[in-house]
Amino acid sequence: MADIDDGTSAPAEPLDLVRLCLDEIVFVKLRGDRELKGRLHAYDSHCNLVLGDVEETVYVVEEDEDEEEVVKTVHKKSEMMFVRGDSVVLISPQASP
Amino acid sequence: MENGANAGDGRDPSGFLSEIIGSQVTVKLNSGVVYKGELQSVDGYMNIALEKTEEHIDGVKKRSYGDAFVRGNNVMYISAD
Repeated sequence: MADIDDGTSAPAEPLDLVRLCLDEIVFVKLRGDRELKGRLHAYDSHCNLVLGDVEETVYVVEEDEDEEEVVKTVHKKSEMMFVRGDSVVLISPQASP
Repeated sequence: MENGANAGDGRDPSGFLSEIIGSQVTVKLNSGVVYKGELQSVDGYMNIALEKTEEHIDGVKKRSYGDAFVRGNNVMYISAD
């Protein structure tokens, strides 16, 4: 029962999906209402990630003058970023525009 | 131990998970976020790959993903729809 892995077959384990995203733009959801979009340069089994040309979106809840809660988004850009795996919630390939 | 749930009769949680691969599932995370999609694969950490996934927050559909990888430590449950 030899498994033939030509690297193109449907993912047999979840991390294969991440492998297929290498060098592609990915969307990453992190703990603490943060999201990243960038090119996936490297990953490992902990979901530690190295991303390039990253745009980070942070959702912050603030109170306005009427003490009502409003969700603000904050954007940050970075050239290269290492993400520690334990903060990763979801990784999804983004169809490049 | 005579507790009924007995290893060796082929009925264990991971057996259930491999049975429902390919079917429509609901995955709830500890944060309360729910993902609905077709289960592609699961591993021993309960990392999950989903296809045609919808993200629901507080019962409202927020986003959809063609493919999605969910890190296992965030998973509360996986249910076959």
